[in-house]
Amino acid sequence: MSSLLSAPSALREDALRRLKREMWARAVKLGLRSWVGWRRGFTSKADPQRSGRVTAEVIEHLERLALVDFGSLEAVARLEKAIAFADRLRAVDTDGVEPMESVLEDRCLYLRSDNVVEGNCAEELLQNAHRVVEEYFVAPPGMCSPKWLNRLSLSELRI
Amino acid sequence: MLGRTLREVSTALKQGHITPTELCQKCLSLIKKTKFLNAYITVSEEVALKQAEESEKRYKKGHSLGDLDGIPVAVKDNFSTSSIETTCASNMLKGYVPPYNATVVQKLLDKGAVLMGKTNLDEFAMGSGSTDGVFGPVKNPWSYSKQYREKRKQKAHGENEDSNWLITGGSSGGSAAAVAAFTCFAALGSDTGGSTRNPAAHCGVVGFKPSYGLVSRHGLIPLVNSMDVPGILTRCVDDAAIVLGMLAGHDPKDSTTIQDPVKPFTLPTSADVNKLCIGIPKEYLAPELSSEVRSFWSKAANLFESEGAKVIEVSLPHTSYSIVCYHVLCTSEVASNMARFDGLEYGHRCDINVSTEAMYAATRREGFNDVVRGRILSGNFFLLKENYENYFIKAQKVRRLIANDFVNVFNSGVDVLLTPTTLSEAVPYLEFIKEDNRTRSAQDDIFTQAVNMAGFLSCLQDCQQ
Repeated sequence: MSSLLSAPSALREDALRRLKREMWARAVKLGLRSWVGWRRGFTSKADPQRSGRVTAEVIEHLERLALVDFGSLEAVARLEKAIAFADRLRAVDTDGVEPMESVLEDRCLYLRSDNVVEGNCAEELLQNAHRVVEEYFVAPPGMCSPKWLNRLSLSELRI
Repeated sequence: MLGRTLREVSTALKQGHITPTELCQKCLSLIKKTKFLNAYITVSEEVALKQAEESEKRYKKGHSLGDLDGIPVAVKDNFSTSSIETTCASNMLKGYVPPYNATVVQKLLDKGAVLMGKTNLDEFAMGSGSTDGVFGPVKNPWSYSKQYREKRKQKAHGENEDSNWLITGGSSGGSAAAVAAFTCFAALGSDTGGSTRNPAAHCGVVGFKPSYGLVSRHGLIPLVNSMDVPGILTRCVDDAAIVLGMLAGHDPKDSTTIQDPVKPFTLPTSADVNKLCIGIPKEYLAPELSSEVRSFWSKAANLFESEGAKVIEVSLPHTSYSIVCYHVLCTSEVASNMARFDGLEYGHRCDINVSTEAMYAATRREGFNDVVRGRILSGNFFLLKENYENYFIKAQKVRRLIANDFVNVFNSGVDVLLTPTTLSEAVPYLEFIKEDNRTRSAQDDIFTQAVNMAGFLSCLQDCQQ
């Protein structure tokens, strides 16, 4: 990895792309198919009343965006019901109507003057974090570290 | 003493009939006796006694800070309170201690109020029963009233006393129960779709929702930024007016507060309704409305008319769509607001250290309950590129139509609308949990959320008083 970091940027990008392709290949080998099969199971066991809007792809996409998993068939069914409920809005004629973002749209948002009047509370703020090193919040490694690449379990990778 | 109004107790304090410390201790003792209601998540006993002591010193010197000095109050647990745990009834924030006070909390403390504790709610204020928080449901104090016990005895014999307790409504159920049980004289709630007015209705107290922008949201852990407002729960309208007077006004820390100066006001001692025009929206006569609520609504309208007010039927044509519109906008804003909970800077953090994504996902799975996760997923669905126009933008357009309905009615000479708050009286918990949170919220918020979308103020007073 250190050789990657010291290489010129064009080379680094190329290496990164190769790495990503290898990652995906490894993911497939590690049983991507079985995972997709499980997801399909969600929708194939669906009851006939569901609209089928929430496909396996949608589930996967939403879980990745929201970083929250459905966790059960009931949760998928609940989303389907929520969508069906929201679909009632189609009956409203909104031609020529502007969207309303705020009830205070006719007013100017208050902006205070750009002067520093408070702050210097790093210690107080750091106290609420679980993992801290000096004045840094410590996060686990992002997607491009060797640890991440060498992991075996797919759910741990959260692809 | 504890059953008196805020104004009465304040007078008693000023006249020396009771000291702030005695009052505080009485309330603390009642909180302990009514622990089974589960209205409080945190009882800030030491803090309260210290504040009471300071208030007492002020009274002795004749330097009281005003009507709120020495008065026990409670605050919903989604308002940040410095050095006091603030959990939003969620695993995500268990153990979280904010380093600052919400503006409304600070204002109460600056006026000498004594903070008894943080009250229970639905997790992250999502719900209409105060049954879905991580610390358990809140029980309606009226479940233990003579009237309800007589009613239950007639229906079922040999039933376990406590098995059929009533819900408080939500999501500010803890605050409503705290006020109704006399453990404090005022409480703060929050109102996004009816969360202050719904429990106020079920617990027989006054629930006041200010206009959007009148009261600061700084420090209120947000649910829906464009609709949230801090709410006030008290035992009478006059008390709510006192508290509102202390809380209203521009806050430089909340740029959505209006900058117009707030003129101090007092309510007239006798209400003259001769010049008042009261509107009854016909679309609120829902088929699900219980006959009891309908009859009280009718009685209230007749009372106003007999006192000289003009009572007319009005129309809010988009009423039937407002709950759907609210559902889309609420879940969308929630999806955005809940994104801040990733375990890094504050709140719960899981043990997984493989990658940031894995850590975020596991933290959020462990920290949020099904209701919160469900709303985040729904919101993200409506905000997907392919759905944005058809759901989110569409809902924003419908919101304008709903807001315009209200504006048109008020422009036509109507001064105030008279509507029910809930479809029926408080239901037993066992009945309430038969449907899921989303269904219940859609049913129970039907009268209350339209006003949140339009930004208007709304006040609820129990009909049986």
